[in-house]
Amino acid sequence: MRNFSYPPFYRYIFRYRNYPARVTIYPESGTLTVQMTAELFSQYLFAGITYGIIYAIVAIGFNIIYNTTGIINFAQGEFVMLGGMFAITLNNFMPLVPAIALAVVITMIIGALIEMIFIRWLDSPSILRMIIITIGLSILIREVALHFWGEGVRSLPYFNGNEISSIKIFSAQISPQVLWVIGVCLIIVTLLSLFFRFTSLGLEMRACSANRLAATLCGINAKNMVTFSFMLSAGIGALAGCVMSPITYTQYDCGTGLAIKGFTVAVLGGLGNSMAAVAAGLLLGIIEAFSIGIVPLAFQDAISITILLIILFVRPHGLFGSSEAAGLTEF
Amino acid sequence: MALLEINNLSRSFGGLKAVNDISFSVRSDSIKAVIGPNGAGKTTLFNLISGNLPADTGSVVFKGLPIHGLQPYQIAAHGISRTFQNIKLFPGMTALENVMIGRHVKTRAGFTAGMLHLPFSRREEKEIKEKSLELLELLDINQFAHIEASSLAFGQQRAVEFARALALEPDLLLLDEPAAGLNIYETAEIARLISKIQKRGITVLLVEHDMSLVMDISDEIVVLCFGEKIADDLPAKIQQNPQVIQIYLGDDDA
Amino acid sequence: MRNLISITTLIGSIVAVQLLTSFTGTGYYLTQLTMTAYYSLIIIGLCLVMGYAGQISLGHAGFFAIGGYTSAALTTYNLTSMLENGNSLIKFISGRGLLIAAQDLYGDPVLYVNPWIAALLAIFLTVIIAFLIGIPVLKLKGHYLAMATLGFGIIIFRIVLATEIFGEADGLSEVPGFTLLPGVIVNGDFNNRIFNYYIACGFVVVGVIILLNLINSRVGRALRAIHGAEDAANAMGINTSRYKLYTFVISAVFAAIAGIFLTHYNGGIGPSEAGIMKSIRYVAIVAIGGMANLWGALTMGVLLNFMSLRGMFGSYDDAVFGAILIIIMLFAPDGLLHLSIWRKLRKKIL
Repeated sequence: MRNFSYPPFYRYIFRYRNYPARVTIYPESGTLTVQMTAELFSQYLFAGITYGIIYAIVAIGFNIIYNTTGIINFAQGEFVMLGGMFAITLNNFMPLVPAIALAVVITMIIGALIEMIFIRWLDSPSILRMIIITIGLSILIREVALHFWGEGVRSLPYFNGNEISSIKIFSAQISPQVLWVIGVCLIIVTLLSLFFRFTSLGLEMRACSANRLAATLCGINAKNMVTFSFMLSAGIGALAGCVMSPITYTQYDCGTGLAIKGFTVAVLGGLGNSMAAVAAGLLLGIIEAFSIGIVPLAFQDAISITILLIILFVRPHGLFGSSEAAGLTEF
Repeated sequence: MALLEINNLSRSFGGLKAVNDISFSVRSDSIKAVIGPNGAGKTTLFNLISGNLPADTGSVVFKGLPIHGLQPYQIAAHGISRTFQNIKLFPGMTALENVMIGRHVKTRAGFTAGMLHLPFSRREEKEIKEKSLELLELLDINQFAHIEASSLAFGQQRAVEFARALALEPDLLLLDEPAAGLNIYETAEIARLISKIQKRGITVLLVEHDMSLVMDISDEIVVLCFGEKIADDLPAKIQQNPQVIQIYLGDDDA
Repeated sequence: MRNLISITTLIGSIVAVQLLTSFTGTGYYLTQLTMTAYYSLIIIGLCLVMGYAGQISLGHAGFFAIGGYTSAALTTYNLTSMLENGNSLIKFISGRGLLIAAQDLYGDPVLYVNPWIAALLAIFLTVIIAFLIGIPVLKLKGHYLAMATLGFGIIIFRIVLATEIFGEADGLSEVPGFTLLPGVIVNGDFNNRIFNYYIACGFVVVGVIILLNLINSRVGRALRAIHGAEDAANAMGINTSRYKLYTFVISAVFAAIAGIFLTHYNGGIGPSEAGIMKSIRYVAIVAIGGMANLWGALTMGVLLNFMSLRGMFGSYDDAVFGAILIIIMLFAPDGLLHLSIWRKLRKKIL
């Protein structure tokens, strides 16, 4: 049995990362007692799955844009933040469902606008240039959000019940919102894989990612496909931002942390491989959740970044990718 | 003893055996050519020798020392320099600066000397410049010394790349398709140049498509086909080798 | 020769600015100018890595923090009780005259590590960390390199934010002055302001001379070759990974030195100095200056850091840097001072 108290600055940490405050349990005393019981085990497991699947959604957002353009969009986390923020604001004027739908649409339009204004007309830009542009975009979006919504922590109401309602699954007390997060994210993943497999638009996007020139010669408008990929990844990011908002809260700067985690997951699964990203996301989420008993809260972020660094050094092609295939792509 | 010995060298990409169990040797002060149809594994072979690709199995022995498994910069320091099929000059640098890079292995001023601008590094820098200008003169391109190399004409770029490779004062020079993209006059010029280089005591190993060039200048020829060695002989014998004629030169070219 | 003129101009403008402030009675600008000078030291170091070796680093604030925090922690930690308790290590160090005894505001005795020793240890630590991080990180390219260096920066930020000895969210304060020579002290003392301005500028001048020498040497040429065509450079006998690594370490040391002296000058350091936004800001300034343009980076660094420190951007500080990044990368990827832009503009106007 281990016993340690919160470091005095935990409030500060809370502002910077989205800790599953209502997923795992914290005694009111401010002391966190960690004792591995079957109950706690499943509690951690659910926390891990919830976060893992959110990371996976962000990673898929990275992958969609990477596949069509070869760009890592450093502003991906900001789409998640924007989705949550718009839904919260719109929810003041309309019911939850239309608010979320409208928020997703608005974020998609923003995604498309970003591509059209900043990326579309660039003629084969260098990777360094694209990195710097998307980093600049993420800063701008964040700062605009700061001036628009302020520093405060906001959240959407729970879709069912409230913060104290819970469901018992495998001896774990979990919020119904956790089921919403897992359910919605799984639906997103399923629909995406169906979209890429069976719709002509999805096939055209895949053609563009496989060989842009050949796709263009076949009459596919590659530039529109890139715009569409930005819309798509903005949209799924925004939707994820909405469903997670009640349990993780939304704040103007929550995108950066999510982007780093999402990138870790994307690399872990092998860049461009969305199905592997789901497995990698769950892996990272569960590692993070269980590490809380071992590593002080303040160093939680350091864990996923350390994993990222180790993966980059040891297997840059990801856990599931083959080095042979990765050798053919230019990093 | 041979300058360069290649023993049972193999390399495959996935299921494709790009270079399959190839052995041959290069005598000192000779010109040896590697020929073969497209996809025969000539460039892969070059990349294996120069260290740009690791070999799966086999060994490369240079001046009695095994050099396979070494990094390209280490192999260069051993005295092997190379040119590239699609000329790789340093963008944004003048022709002279490109050649000066070639003097890198022959000089030693490091970070400390550079940062403090030590007297010996100044002397060394002067020496590098003189040697490089000499080489530009040797190749008749000294009038382009201060022009950005990548803005020169194709043939001149090739000459700059030659000068850069010679600046290493190599014992063995690897030329990857030196006549690619050149017209017949420029090709003849290159042939004259290669003979000139050989007379300076530098052994040359080249990969080439241009038959006339190869037959004219080489002392020995290795023929590759689909990663395998077909023949390794004198040019005159190669021209009469029925297998070579069939797979490479074609039936009516004897 | 050209360098001599440039350096003379640099020194001339440093003196001119100081004289200007004293004639116009705006001596208070010197505080921000001194801080700007230290920040410029990081920027010229990063310029070497980005512009000449062609590697991106989104974690340079981490090295600044390693330098600043190490020397701050060593010079603010009161060793009095440890000496009284008979700690043999402290006794040994104290006996070598490596500690400094003084009194705090309340007259209680404080005993701390000599800033010289602290600074040397900080630089030593920076070199070791830069090597350990640089060896694996510099094997990466493109997005992977950017993310790995960003990750390094975040880890350093988390560590200083969560470690008690580094003052957690409050950072460290009451860092004593750094006596470089008898009478030459780096601190925030009002009477020392002009003096400190010249010390900081002295660091910049020395830094610029060192980097200019390096750029114009055999090593600098090799770095440009690596930037241009890495495999060809390697085939020409240049140990590309070692050159990239050494460049990275040198620029990390520049950042650490800036961190050490700025911390002594300000009398403290806070976690925001290690933040990602700081690293991105440095990258932005180098990009605006034109990547492989030391003078451009220096000019832009002085201009933007000074404006930012004077609070000219208000609450839009980060937004301004974000906007600058995008605009420069969209319209002038070779930097704002690059001649062709001005030429094009002139053509359009005429």
